[in-house]
Amino acid sequence: MRRSKNAFVSVNYVFFAFLAMIWLGTFTSVQSFAQTDSTKADSINKVNQLKEVQIRKIKISKRQTSSTPLQILSGADLEKLNSLSVADAVRFFSGVQLKDYGGIGGLKTINVRSMGTNHTAVFYDGVQLGNAQNGQVDLGKFSLDNIEEIELYNGQKSSIFQSAKGFASASSLYLNSKQPDFSDGGTQKVRASIKGGSFGLINPSLLWQSKISNNVYSSLSAEYKNANGKYKFRSTNGVYDTTAVRKDGDIETMRLELGLNGMLPDSSKWKVKLYGYKDNQGLPGAVVNNVFAFSQRMWNKNFFVQSSYEKNVGKYSLLATAKYANDNQRYLNPDIVTVTGLQENNFHLQEIYVSLANKLKITNYWDVVLSSDYQRNDLNADLYRFSYPVRNTILTALATQFRFAKFDIQANLLNTLKYDKTQSGPADKNRNELTPTVMLSWQPFNQKEFRLRSFYKSIFRMPTFNDLYYTNYGFIVLKPEYTKQYDLGFTYIKGYENRILSQFSIQADVYYNNVKNKIVAVPGNNQARWSMENLGLVEIKGIDINIQSAWQLTEYIDLTTGLTYTYQNAIDADKASASYKDLIPYTPIHSGSFLASAMYKNLSMNYSFIYIGERYNQSTNNVYNYVQPWYTHDLALHYNTKLNRREVRLTAEVNNLLNQDYEVITNFPMPGRYYRIGLTYNY
Amino acid sequence: MKNNKTLNAISLVILITSLALITSCRKELKPVPEQQETLLTPDPSAQVKGFYIVNEGNMNMNKASLDYLDYTTGIYRRNIYNKANPEIVKGLGDVGNDIAVYGSKLYVVINVSNKIEVLDVKTGKRIKQINITNCRYITFNEGKAYVSAYLGRVGDPNAPQGIVAQIDTTSLTEIKRVDVGRQPEEMAIVGKKLYVANSGGYSPQQYERTISVIDLNTFTVTKLIDVAINLHRIKADKYGDLYVTSRGNYYDVPSKMFVIDTKTDQVKKTFDIAVNNLTIDGDIAYYYGSEWNYNEAQYTITYGMLNVKDEVILNQEFITDGTEKSITIPYGIAVHPITKEVLVTDALNYVSPGKLYCFDPSGKKKWSVTTGDIPAHFAFVYK
Repeated sequence: MRRSKNAFVSVNYVFFAFLAMIWLGTFTSVQSFAQTDSTKADSINKVNQLKEVQIRKIKISKRQTSSTPLQILSGADLEKLNSLSVADAVRFFSGVQLKDYGGIGGLKTINVRSMGTNHTAVFYDGVQLGNAQNGQVDLGKFSLDNIEEIELYNGQKSSIFQSAKGFASASSLYLNSKQPDFSDGGTQKVRASIKGGSFGLINPSLLWQSKISNNVYSSLSAEYKNANGKYKFRSTNGVYDTTAVRKDGDIETMRLELGLNGMLPDSSKWKVKLYGYKDNQGLPGAVVNNVFAFSQRMWNKNFFVQSSYEKNVGKYSLLATAKYANDNQRYLNPDIVTVTGLQENNFHLQEIYVSLANKLKITNYWDVVLSSDYQRNDLNADLYRFSYPVRNTILTALATQFRFAKFDIQANLLNTLKYDKTQSGPADKNRNELTPTVMLSWQPFNQKEFRLRSFYKSIFRMPTFNDLYYTNYGFIVLKPEYTKQYDLGFTYIKGYENRILSQFSIQADVYYNNVKNKIVAVPGNNQARWSMENLGLVEIKGIDINIQSAWQLTEYIDLTTGLTYTYQNAIDADKASASYKDLIPYTPIHSGSFLASAMYKNLSMNYSFIYIGERYNQSTNNVYNYVQPWYTHDLALHYNTKLNRREVRLTAEVNNLLNQDYEVITNFPMPGRYYRIGLTYNY
Repeated sequence: MKNNKTLNAISLVILITSLALITSCRKELKPVPEQQETLLTPDPSAQVKGFYIVNEGNMNMNKASLDYLDYTTGIYRRNIYNKANPEIVKGLGDVGNDIAVYGSKLYVVINVSNKIEVLDVKTGKRIKQINITNCRYITFNEGKAYVSAYLGRVGDPNAPQGIVAQIDTTSLTEIKRVDVGRQPEEMAIVGKKLYVANSGGYSPQQYERTISVIDLNTFTVTKLIDVAINLHRIKADKYGDLYVTSRGNYYDVPSKMFVIDTKTDQVKKTFDIAVNNLTIDGDIAYYYGSEWNYNEAQYTITYGMLNVKDEVILNQEFITDGTEKSITIPYGIAVHPITKEVLVTDALNYVSPGKLYCFDPSGKKKWSVTTGDIPAHFAFVYK
């Protein structure tokens, strides 16, 4: 019964995808979205594009030529999404599961192609955001306010000239902050914005970009967010049906970012970024029977400074990067009273990172890159019997690329050396790992529009400090958790002139991944004593499909749409496991999203839809662990106008329009219908 | 051309709405179902009608559940609470920690849900809910129920101690409570004294070492018995002795078991063995223990039997056919009062449904069945 239902759902998806394609085929002339490479400082303004629609040719962007699947959300499209944080935006990517614990402050982590959260590296302006403690980045903490572009690469970025870190994860998420663009003249740009709405949200922010000289730009971004986090949710089992209020999830955050970038007389580029973030939030826990209030709280203080320098001398290019990060976390749990008062844990993480990437252009079509990274992480915690671990990691990557007109092949070999030491207690074994990657992109026919691509990547993640040194776990030597990815896909893009459909593109990939030596917590003789073990094997088979289209409905009405669909079968492949062949927790077989955005003169309307199929909240797939599918509709209206010749933008959003009660993680209810309004003033 | 455009716009809208509609495929919600399995040949004249098992459920999953094996029909019923009580919001609750039958009522201690569920022992229907924060174990004496709780109240940095609460089993309300040591666990009653084992588990740098002795007449703590750190189990035998387990500190202080003479309220014997759980039936204590071996980086599990009259470990096993090798994490143990069959549960990996094994008095496996998540505690139902 279930099998045929799965087939039914997937056939429906494919059918509708085809329907969309057919219509798109009969019309033309639609604006593309997320096609232009907007990381370039001189990106074409959207207004100009509108005027040139009749004669513009299709731009084959990196989304088409990338040898690894790439999804991008950038610029205006990012602004149109009803999204407050990076976490909200990445939900629209295919092959992605977002673990969302609800509310504005709830933990939100990304899991790409079911390999596990720790296998996705998150980069901020090209430098990895580390978390040696638990290997996860809470994407809810990164507001979209100062983000220009989000890119998700399966495998790695399709470019060999990057730091060794770029080769070191199974998937990479790049967050690129807004870069100053003074191509239209002027030396100062200020954008002031305020948002508010449900959950008692107040969110003012300021962006001030300045052209200090012809060669030096600065950017200052400040943001404050305060919300009481309250929302109603419904709890029902078909017999009882009650509404309750999610409380104790208040959050207050402050962020300050300062960026400087410049160009030296020899055309080398440099940039420096300082990032400071502070928050204070309540931690509403799992909603279980007879528990109505939560008193746990958390305070975070994060700071990092990173800089990079890029220089080209003839055939040789250099990219040097350095970073220092300092993170503090304080956790308070009044439900547990110890001999020294309420339970309180303080964590202090530090990271030092330097990277040197060298590229040599051997011939016109052949590049070689040697990258070397060094990183040092240490963790202080006031846990009982804590070992105060320090980790030194050296990454060395040798990469090569052959780039022909119709064929592009990249290959790299990454060597990872890891040394741990502790002040007390045993330290993890030193590691020396060698992992290869191969990827290629091929244009088989004469037309540029169609490309095939494929990649193979073997990479691992090291056990984190929590895995190894958390005091409540008995120490055990842990092997790295390995992943292997095999991907095959194609991209196709077509532009039409003098038709309603102006552009249509599709990217589709079929893949097989496996995860070996999964690091899992295994219980001991009581629920307080667990130990970590390399246990288990997960096999993932999947299909990711992305379809974008752009339409010119009338002279004034533009429409862009984006459809994603993911089919994934992620199962426990460990024969000795109690849940052998069952789907692993929280991985739906079907999921997808749909985005549509229409523009008419000064008005634009956005519709977004997400569907997450049924799944299980524990490893055994039985009726007690079954979680319903959920799907939400979001709507936004934007109005652009001019006040004293300054651009003003008004936004009104309704999220979860049909007020569906749902949970992403069991017992962490998500908000029903909620609203947000925003006002932005550009000076 | 214009007609085409509007037609296209309309059809696009239709596409969007129909996409939204076909995905309206949420199943109709129903209360968590009970599953039944025929396990044994029915024995309508059985003196022990059956037993309840409480499955703890993994923390935060709200999956504490009740199973019932009915000897009179031979049917094992899995997850009976929601079928009997579909109107209770969020069901039985989170982390079932103890279960007991007293009179015509079934008492289930649900730790993270801060309550004791009192149910009708025949139907499983709720009679009342008694709220006690962080409740752990329950025991009975002369119409009163006694419940231990890790903390008297939460959020007070100056109140790290736990409590034992006295509940009237007729009115099902709390009468009074008394402060005991920090994070008390199991209790045992001998005569008019209630002994509660204190663990101190919230402060591993300073575990508790004592058993608090409560005089049931005055319901006050009259003395403390110093035993060892991190006490957990406490069971009384019919000779007035108490068997108490210490979990050690998981590092350099190993687990041990102690025997307390309640006539002198002193430790009279020490067993240098790891005991996680034990149950005493007549003259025999059946136990199992697991010790973390740092060198081998794994747990070694041992099963054993002990004569409580002579206080010696017997050279006898209650599992003799090698089934113990299939048990991953033994989590609960009980002995059928009449047939002397031994029931052992296996929590597996804490996230999968567990297993219940039944061994006959010669140590051979009679049957096994899948339970809920983390099957832990038993309560027999008599005629």
